[in-house]
Formats: sequence, C-alpha cells, structure tokens
Amino acid sequence: MPGLGGRMSTVVKSKISRMLDRAEDPSETLDYGYQKQVEMLQNVKKGIADVVTAKKRLQMQSSKIEQQVVKLDTQARQALSQNRDDLARMALERKTLAQTELQTLDSQIKELEGQQEQLTTNEQKLRQKIEQFRTKKEVIKAQYSAAEAQVRIGEAASGVGEEMADLGLAMQRAEDKTESMRARASAVEELEAAGTFDDITQLGGGQDDIERQLQELTSGTQVDDELQKMKAELGTGSEPDSPALEQGEGTPKEGSA
Amino acid sequence: MIVRVSGEGQFRLPDEDSDRINELDNRAVAAVEQGDETGFRELWSQMLEIVANDGNALDDDELVESDVILPPRDISFEEAQGEFTGEGLIPD
Repeated sequence: MPGLGGRMSTVVKSKISRMLDRAEDPSETLDYGYQKQVEMLQNVKKGIADVVTAKKRLQMQSSKIEQQVVKLDTQARQALSQNRDDLARMALERKTLAQTELQTLDSQIKELEGQQEQLTTNEQKLRQKIEQFRTKKEVIKAQYSAAEAQVRIGEAASGVGEEMADLGLAMQRAEDKTESMRARASAVEELEAAGTFDDITQLGGGQDDIERQLQELTSGTQVDDELQKMKAELGTGSEPDSPALEQGEGTPKEGSA
Repeated sequence: MIVRVSGEGQFRLPDEDSDRINELDNRAVAAVEQGDETGFRELWSQMLEIVANDGNALDDDELVESDVILPPRDISFEEAQGEFTGEGLIPD
C-alpha cells in the first residue's frame, strides 16, 4: 500500500515495533518509550530556535536594505536638483533593485513566521500527548498483566508515535525551507558586499562594472518613469540642459532649489 | 474514522466520508500523473473541505492512530508528485 496513509504509518509502525521489541518487560518498554518522547520534544525546541534565528537574520537584512532605499531616493532627488540625470538614474536603478530584494525578503519573513507559529502549536500538542502517555503508562504498569499491558502500550505508543512522526515531518519541511532561505540570505550579503545597494556617493568614478551590471539588471522603463516623476515634482523637467555643477559654473537656475 | 491533516492534528469523521475522500484521492492521483496542477489543487481543496465541514478535532489527550494521513495543507505540486501515487489513501 504505497498510498498516502501507507507510507507514513509504515515508518511510524516500524519505529514503534522496534521500540517495543527492545525490552521484555512492558514497564521497561514504557519508560523507554517515554524517554524517547521527551528527547523528541527537545529536538523540536531546537528546530524552532533555528527558524527564529533564520527569521532574525532576514529581518536585519530587510531593515538594512530599507535604509538604503530611503537614502538612494534622497540622493536621486539631490542629483536631479543639480541636473545630474546620470547620477539620478544610477541611484534609481539601485533603488529598484533594492526594492525588489525587499519584497522577496518580506515574503520570506512572513513564511518563516507562519512556520514558527505552526511548530510552536504542534510542540504544545505533542507535549500534552506525552504527558498523557506518562499518565497512562503508570496506570498500565499498576493495573494490567504483562500480556495485556503489551497491547495497551502498543495502542498508546502508536498514537504518540504518529504525532511525533508528523511533527518530525513538519520540522523537516521547515528545515528545508530555512536552508534555502539561508542560502539566499548569503547571496544577498554578497550583493551587499559588492556594493550593489550602496549609495552612489560611495562610488569611485561611477563608471565601474557595477553600474554596467545594474543597467542590465534593472528594467529601464521603471527607472525612466520614476525619473520623470521626480523631475516633475522638482520642477526641473522642462528645463534645457545647463552645464553640470562640478564644472564650476554654479549658476543657480530660476525656479529650482 | 480518524483523519490526520499533517501539521494540523487529528479529526474524527463519519465513516461515510471514507468513500468520498477515497474517490477524490483517486482523482487527485490521476491529476498528478497527468501533471495537471490546477486539477490537483481543486481536488485537494475539496478533500480539506470535507475535513473542515465534517471533522471534529480530537482532544489532545486522546492517543489513537489515524486511519488516513493527509499531507500538509500547503503541499507543493512537487511534493504531491511524491505523495499522491499508487493505490491512494485507503488501501483495500
């Protein structure tokens, strides 16, 4: 029976029967089973901690990039008010890239939050089941003959075992997801290190590799649109080209800031 | 019958639902085999709906095995291709 119910319950059952076979005496089996359950609970706690760590890292990256977005926007406006379209464009290209990255980060943070919540709820549920098992095991130990105890242990252990197996599966999925996000977080850190999201004042001549890559990466239209919008806001859009500021002219243009 | 939705817990459903779930499961297996993700999603949400409408959550102190274990609600189509295979949920 390779179906849905099949695969998982087979795994669970084989684990439980191995557990039950280990000891001759039912009360020994019970104690051993309980001990295994408590160990599993510890693993769950560790799994949840991993998810929280991954989430914190993404949140830190997100707030860093958010600051860059604000800074780049300001710089684009400054560049425009000095009639430096080229610098403004560069700042906006970086801003676009940073915003895209922000969106991805935010959706990943939400996803991890959901996972953390689910794991926490399930951990509490498992804790209660294990507590229930502990109570039952004392009753079984005290009241039943060895043969009958064996049957009842099997029933109780299967119930808890399934719960554990299911939580194990949830943890595995959470780990897989955290792992891919961790890889992504490292990639973003590399981008940061390469100066991709840096503000434009940190650029040397401004004609470097990064600039070229950025032009390839960002779609021109969004940047063009935003450039036009900013120009309109600043009231510089319709002005004829005037000499750039750093050439020493410095003539203030009418109406501009 | 007892149904577990992976990650969400166990539910007690009337035995009559067994046939309905099994039928939906068979169709889901077929959809997965044909690579029909939209069809699979539709069937999968119908299965979850049966559990939501007819199921009563088991108390946390009940220690019982499930008759059927459904995969996690947010199962990806890739994962489904590993789970929805062969005879289906309720073996003969």
